[in-house]
Amino acid sequence: MKKTVWLFTLMLLLSMLAAACGGGASDTIKVGVVAELTGDIPAVGASCKNAAEMSVQEINDAGGLDVGGKKYKVELFIEDNAGKADQSASAAQKLITQQNVVAIIGPNASRYAIPASEIAESSKVVLISPWSTNPKTTVDAKTDAPKKYVFRACFIDPFQGRVVAKFALDNLKTTKAAVLYDVASDYNKGIAEFFKQTYEENGGTVVAFETYTTGDKDFSAQMTKIKEAGPEVIFLPNYYSEVPLQIQQAHRLGITVPFLGSDSWGSAELITLCGNDCEGYYFSTHYAPDAATPQATKFIDAYKAKYGQVPDDVAALTYDAFGLFYQAIQSAGKIDRQAVRDALAVIPKFEGVTGTMQFQEGSGDPIKSAVILQVKDGKFVWFANAQP
Amino acid sequence: MTYLFQQLLNAMQLGSIYALIALGYTMVYGILTMINFAHGDLFMVGAFLCFIAATFLKLPFVPTLLISMIGVALLGVVIERLAYKPLRHAPRVSAVITALGVGLFLENFTLVFSPYPQHVPELIANKTWVIAGVSISSLQIIIILLSIGLMILLDQIVRHTMVGMAMRAISWDKTIVPLMGVPLNLIISITFALGTSLGAAAGTMYSLAFPVIDPYMGIMVGWKAFISAVVGGIGNIRGAMIGGFILGGVEILVAAFMPSTYRDFVAFSLLLVLLIFRPYGILGKPRPQKV
Repeated sequence: MKKTVWLFTLMLLLSMLAAACGGGASDTIKVGVVAELTGDIPAVGASCKNAAEMSVQEINDAGGLDVGGKKYKVELFIEDNAGKADQSASAAQKLITQQNVVAIIGPNASRYAIPASEIAESSKVVLISPWSTNPKTTVDAKTDAPKKYVFRACFIDPFQGRVVAKFALDNLKTTKAAVLYDVASDYNKGIAEFFKQTYEENGGTVVAFETYTTGDKDFSAQMTKIKEAGPEVIFLPNYYSEVPLQIQQAHRLGITVPFLGSDSWGSAELITLCGNDCEGYYFSTHYAPDAATPQATKFIDAYKAKYGQVPDDVAALTYDAFGLFYQAIQSAGKIDRQAVRDALAVIPKFEGVTGTMQFQEGSGDPIKSAVILQVKDGKFVWFANAQP
Repeated sequence: MTYLFQQLLNAMQLGSIYALIALGYTMVYGILTMINFAHGDLFMVGAFLCFIAATFLKLPFVPTLLISMIGVALLGVVIERLAYKPLRHAPRVSAVITALGVGLFLENFTLVFSPYPQHVPELIANKTWVIAGVSISSLQIIIILLSIGLMILLDQIVRHTMVGMAMRAISWDKTIVPLMGVPLNLIISITFALGTSLGAAAGTMYSLAFPVIDPYMGIMVGWKAFISAVVGGIGNIRGAMIGGFILGGVEILVAAFMPSTYRDFVAFSLLLVLLIFRPYGILGKPRPQKV
């Protein structure tokens, strides 16, 4: 009995010591990542995690980050949101209150980034979402004012929807389009509506505007309806895990018109799941690995050497989100949440892997360009550029 | 007109899969008056076994189907023995909670092995025929015929064999019938094996028709099959079949003739109305509570 008490006391002392050490280590910069490691789009989370680890390792191997004349190591905390909105919010909360991070990178999909951004905003901690393109991520839903602490490393859907709609009209020379999208997901719904708006404003007609809900696998009713409406192009702004099923079922019904997609297609998993069915189709995205700038080539080569695959857009954007954060904390000159936020908002120009970016006055959305890729011989190939 | 026929064909395909899964719910309920909420996840395990057999063992369709059905049947029996049997005399709600727990276990167990959606290879050469404007694929025909075949087989087993008679007897009275020499545990195991293997067959066919599978695929399909079973009259085998086709039909036809956003809303409202007029389902009969 006595022994147990001693042992218990010892453990308590040790744990206090450990806690004291953890709290006292002020020579590290703590960064949190919230990623979709499990759930319905795990390839997105995996790319985000890989790029985050690579970015942090590069800094630490070089001796740390120079902030205000002192070298700091970067400490990374990765949380899984399990592909759930509530878990995204609680993961952000945990990083802020327990791990005491300076900033959060992620989540990537808009339906998870929006709830996490609410937590970051109310806790006054910087959150940079690499891949969330829905406008609502950086805008307060109640007041319509931009959120002060939420930023992103990618373009937004009104721009992307416009790019795809213009591409369908001008490059593919179509006048009748159909859309099938997930009505239960912020990203898909937003971009579908922006596409429809631009397409119709520029003389096209959307002949079918069909929906489904997350988790559906049978799209036969909607595809039959789309076939009946006779479009010349079909826009599928949906995630890479669902697009292959939609295209396969369309092919089985005898639909032969081209399909278009958005940046949610850009995972290598799309090719694995789709086989030959996606061949020749186009989608808009953030960068083209095969038409890269020297800076991007350096990143692509390092990523390939480390993980044995070409980095997808999520990996590149996560890397850029970290780049933005490093630049902000360096120009802030101190490790302070508020100072980092203020420095990030006024970054004059950031040269990233996915292009040059700069935040618009009083907003967390950067100004940057998009590219159109084509699926060709089982690879994503650069097809066209689109300027903002 | 061709549009309607095309949609009816779509409805038949979806309905036959719902019906096969609904049978598993209804059989277990019939014999244990317990709802096996893990059934949707057993359907998912069936799809994953199909994926493993087809991808790693490179087996053709029939052996793949058999491996999936036998594997899941064994799993169903083991689950019943380990998780449900100890609770047979516990309050009903404990068994339901356990079933939900087993379902979560299966999802997360599969998740450990494969967090990524997997692609199931094409086991049946996909041919599409166009008859009077209606596209019919070889897969659709196989799914519809095989499902109906399995349902007829099950119906015959339950109605015309000794095992089937024993099952119906136990469903009638669980206390007296074993006293007359009917082996209770064996019959319950057989019921689980039959019900879950039909779920696995549905899983296999589903993963061929929709060849991207993930650990959460069983949740929504499982719920819909459960609703089919309730609509048909839970505990009634023919009811489950009818319920599956009704739900599949309503879902597809609502999406076909109304904006597809209203699909679930309209489909489930119709089913609620149906349950108001027939609270025990289409073929279900009220079970008087014995005191």
